[in-house]
Amino acid sequence: MTFTFNGLAQIAVFFLILLLLTKPVGLYLVAVFEKKNTWFEPVLRPVEKAFYWISGVKEDEEQDWKAYTVSMLVFTVAGLLLLYAIERLQDKLPLNPMHQSAVDPALAWNTAVSFSTNTNWQNYSGETTMSYLTQMMGLAFHNFTSAAVGIVLAVAVIRGFVRRSGKSLGNFWVDLTRCMLYLLLPICIVGALFLVWQGVPETFNGSAVVTSLEGFKQTIALGPVASQEVIKMLGTNGGGFFNANSAHPFENPTNFTNLVEMLWIFTFGAGLLYFFGKVAGNTKIGWALFGAVSFLFLAAAVICFGAEQNGNPLLNTVHATKDAVVSVDQTYHEYALAQPGGNMEGKEMRFGIGSSTLFATVTTDASCGAVNSWHDSYTPIGGMIPMLNIALGEIVFGGVGSGHYGLLMFAVLAVFIAGLMVGRTPEYLGKKIEQQEVKMASLGLLILPLSILGFSAFAIVYPHGVSQISNPGPHGLSEILYAYTSMTGNNGSAFAGLSANTPFYNWTGGFAMLIGRFGFVIPIMALGGALAGKRIAPAGPGTLPTTGVLFSALVVGVILIVGALTFFPAYALGPIVEHLLMLAGKTF
Amino acid sequence: MNQSMNVQVPQAAPPSQQGRIGRRQTTVRQPRQNLSLFEPKILGRAVIDAFKKLDPRVQARNPVMFVVEVGSAVTTIEWVRSLIDPHLQGQQGFVLAVTLWLWFTVLFANFAEAMAEGRGKAQADTLRRARTETPAKRLAPGTTDYAPGMPFESVGAPQLRKGDLVLVEAGDAIPSDGEIVAGVASVDESAITGESAPVIRESGGDRSAVTGGTKVLSDWIIVRITSNPGETFLDRMIALVEGANRQKTPNEIALNILLAVLTIIFLLAVVTLEPFAIYSGNPVSITALVALLVCLIPTTIGGLLSAIGIAGMDRLVQRNVLAMSGRAVEAAGDVDVLLLDKTGTITLGNRMAHEFIPVNGTTIDELAEAAMLSSMPDETPEGRSIVVLARDTYHQNEPHDNGAVTFIPFSATTRMSGVDLPGREVRKGASDAVLAWATARKASTPADLQPTVERIARAGGTPLVVAETRSGAKPRILGVIYLKDIVKTGMRERFDQLRKMGIRTVMITGDNPLTAKAIADEAGVDDFLAQATPETKMKLIREQQAGGRLVAMTGDGTNDAPALAQADVGVAMNTGTQAAKEAGNMVDLDSNPTKLIEIVEVGKQLLITRGALTTFSIANDVAKYFAIIPAVFVATFPQLQALNVMQLRTPHSAILSAVIFNALIIIALIPLALRGVKYRAVGAGRLLRDNLLIYGVGGIILPFVGIKIIDVILAALHLA
Repeated sequence: MTFTFNGLAQIAVFFLILLLLTKPVGLYLVAVFEKKNTWFEPVLRPVEKAFYWISGVKEDEEQDWKAYTVSMLVFTVAGLLLLYAIERLQDKLPLNPMHQSAVDPALAWNTAVSFSTNTNWQNYSGETTMSYLTQMMGLAFHNFTSAAVGIVLAVAVIRGFVRRSGKSLGNFWVDLTRCMLYLLLPICIVGALFLVWQGVPETFNGSAVVTSLEGFKQTIALGPVASQEVIKMLGTNGGGFFNANSAHPFENPTNFTNLVEMLWIFTFGAGLLYFFGKVAGNTKIGWALFGAVSFLFLAAAVICFGAEQNGNPLLNTVHATKDAVVSVDQTYHEYALAQPGGNMEGKEMRFGIGSSTLFATVTTDASCGAVNSWHDSYTPIGGMIPMLNIALGEIVFGGVGSGHYGLLMFAVLAVFIAGLMVGRTPEYLGKKIEQQEVKMASLGLLILPLSILGFSAFAIVYPHGVSQISNPGPHGLSEILYAYTSMTGNNGSAFAGLSANTPFYNWTGGFAMLIGRFGFVIPIMALGGALAGKRIAPAGPGTLPTTGVLFSALVVGVILIVGALTFFPAYALGPIVEHLLMLAGKTF
Repeated sequence: MNQSMNVQVPQAAPPSQQGRIGRRQTTVRQPRQNLSLFEPKILGRAVIDAFKKLDPRVQARNPVMFVVEVGSAVTTIEWVRSLIDPHLQGQQGFVLAVTLWLWFTVLFANFAEAMAEGRGKAQADTLRRARTETPAKRLAPGTTDYAPGMPFESVGAPQLRKGDLVLVEAGDAIPSDGEIVAGVASVDESAITGESAPVIRESGGDRSAVTGGTKVLSDWIIVRITSNPGETFLDRMIALVEGANRQKTPNEIALNILLAVLTIIFLLAVVTLEPFAIYSGNPVSITALVALLVCLIPTTIGGLLSAIGIAGMDRLVQRNVLAMSGRAVEAAGDVDVLLLDKTGTITLGNRMAHEFIPVNGTTIDELAEAAMLSSMPDETPEGRSIVVLARDTYHQNEPHDNGAVTFIPFSATTRMSGVDLPGREVRKGASDAVLAWATARKASTPADLQPTVERIARAGGTPLVVAETRSGAKPRILGVIYLKDIVKTGMRERFDQLRKMGIRTVMITGDNPLTAKAIADEAGVDDFLAQATPETKMKLIREQQAGGRLVAMTGDGTNDAPALAQADVGVAMNTGTQAAKEAGNMVDLDSNPTKLIEIVEVGKQLLITRGALTTFSIANDVAKYFAIIPAVFVATFPQLQALNVMQLRTPHSAILSAVIFNALIIIALIPLALRGVKYRAVGAGRLLRDNLLIYGVGGIILPFVGIKIIDVILAALHLA
């Protein structure tokens, strides 16, 4: 591990800004979802009412967890089918200046599932596969809706945790509408303008053709990028307009946009933690979880950075090959050479090690999956960190909702396992954690390893599965593990290296994404529903403290031991052994 | 006890309501049987039971141990295969060792459960001996009175049915549970309670219930049988201590679900490891996979879980409390509010005369003489204490009983007692009652009476007003007797402890609010309910429960039954009525209301033990991964030796050490599981921190040390 002041300072500054944003964002979320006055009321309230009037939604009618979940499923499946239809018919639809042909069924299925589950796994290059209409009506639509669905699900689960009476969790359609109108749209409009200012294109024209200095004709892909980019980050979608994703200068042109994009990924997640504490009546409850995930985030960011800055030790030593003597200087030179040092393979020179590893940590901590560097090219340990982040359920700041309720699941498990040690049956926020709650939380816990390890184990011995990996040995295992981890975790970031655009991977991946989204959220909604109707026992000196450092530490312990250790055997044969082999001088 | 809440009684309750005469606060009970934890008798039986429990149908109830048993069977087959297959010859010793230790793991867990059951079974044996075999004396239906030599039919106890009438005379055993319809007798209940001092049982009121298996020592009673054979209290008690139909408690069920899911997750992790290993070029042997699986699944808590539950119930039995369900024991740990009856729990059962305060210019001697006179025939402790005070402190001579004295006993309607002599009437009792009595006889109310009464009441005392009429003199009110409630020593400290545990105490009393407040302050309880009636008590419980709190209470009277049923933990006194015992979910055989505090502690201890061992078990996994994963793959990737942080000698030794540790830890923790983790009355925050350090952090570190030690021993013995 090697650390530089520059890299650590970037992590610190990013974290500090996030810390400052948490409370205001959280308070705004309270206003949106507790139907308090927001600044946009005069303009948006009539629009909101119009939507209810058109769709026949009764604003004050609340749903129990089942009705809420069914509404969500109906909405998501309808959106999924719509996207599938658009993809298959895009050659016959307008806004296709580059004349992209219809998308192949397996890929269309994979992509439709991918975007409707907030995964945004992309087995294609956007600029050469999707028409502008598909990008805007199909993909960008889902960037909004799948993000909003994630947020409102988290809000609904939180309501189950904190409500004092009744079994209802809110109204899905109202929550969804308010989330879109008051939360996502305003920020996206401002954000898109910010990106345009920083140099991100926003146009309906086709690709620009320019003559390069050498006199060659070069085609430069353009499009309505800025508007897509902001929701891609804010909604922790991560599906890039371009194949190069956030490494592309038109998606992420400057270090400033890089910082802001990372903040977009985390702010709603962090804000939801504050929201949770606020509506639970004690913000310390939210801060305790914030503390737990902050630890996980900082630890991951520092390790990932340290591993990458250290570089590949094989390149440090001089190698005499047949033709020449090769050695790479991987040391960090700040002023003299302005050399980032470390393992720069697959990373943008604009971002260097610090901004790349921080971005990799952030995008996998939350369920974003946008990348500004190629995780496949990371050192084994550097690449294991993003994979582990996703495998834990992207609970670190929680992305837009999905990780947040994963974190609540771990909090419930932590309370259940250790809570007995204070001599009372476990309770969280004054509500007893009993049979039904434990059943649902354990079911949620089971889903991730089931899908990740199950599909990976199958693919790794299935001849076609193995044939698609580009590196043999442990790295190949990492590639497959990462792919199913990313899809199950609805992250969508690619380790690359695996040629996953085959019917096998498209279909199994589609199922992994569906299992990861709905196999997880349905039990958690049931958990919220079970808690909603429970009496709240007032806290006293005898009740388990769920605030403070001790509880944060407990949650971290449970996440690592119950959540992470499951993957240890598989990782031992993947990234861990690869790292050890690298130290021993063997690469793949 | 209930005499304090029936009505506002400033007078002593009649003796029949005192139940066990004069022993409640003086006798300290010893546990019924001082069975040490590892009694050879129990040990022997437990070893045999451990093998009996290998039956897969028994194991299937515990998913974690069932997986271990299946794993043991699989490795046994592997071992047989290794004997036949020449390719596996080198593995024989290793596979056999792993197989044996896996079987031991199952046996150890069975043994733990059998040990916990053993103590109960030993107790059940003793109880069975109490089941009477002597014939019962069945009377003709409708018999209500006793006549010497009355005819009866001799039948065996099992033939008795509900509603039968039986006669029980001195020296007879009571054949079954019942209600006394006539007579009074002293009864030896030691077979049930372990307490040798006899108790009085009589028809009518709250002391009319008798229990089958107890023995009448003197006099006779006619009993209406209330239980059919097999449903008696003794039968239920035997079933309870034996744990025959032990139902899993709600938290235990929830924990079992979590353990089952964790087992599935680890099964998944281990099963998928094989394809990964095949891809990596070195399939893992089935024995190693099973060993890894068994080490990872939570066998420690899985193996000890039921033992912890049984031992918790057993700890209550040791304290002479019978819990009708495990659910109640768990609820006891969760209790937020304790409703404690003032009398007998917070204060000594009886109020004592403390001072005579004359009013209206009466002399102290006049008052003392009248007070003594009125109390001479009064056999209540309060009455006796007045006589003692008058004699010893006010130097009054005891008057001679010339036979002309008529005693007017206390009754709930008159709320006063006294004596009638020729030409003289003396009354003492509740101030308003005596005042009404005196006013009716045209006595004037002295100006200084009311202030005196209020002062005593405010100080927590009970004022008894004394008045008299004499022929030829104007009836007058003489003064006030100050009866003082004596708060038991050490109660304040107990309540402070409870407060630290997060439990509020509410004192229930029939006294007026002023008196109640004074005693509440003196005893240090958090709150009180004055002038309590069964209705207000019920209302209080409902209010607390609506606020999300769990309520525990004790009771013994029939009018307590609804509240006992409503409370989350209702402890009925064994001396109480059948209705009370049926309404509550626990019975205290000692009939000691202070026991409630111990019951709460037992409940908490049970939960803490369960949580501590769960945490410990899960934390253990870290070390086991580091023992087994490098051992399994080091042949393919020698570099994985770097993960072998414990520096275990060989892969076989590493795997075996982890399996042995996993088995031995169950044995090592049996005493803890049976005795329970000690509960200290400190705040939940400190308790969590301390227990997390011991069982969480300790649970991570200990196996690293333990596995290493076993590895060293194995190497020294050249076993692996």
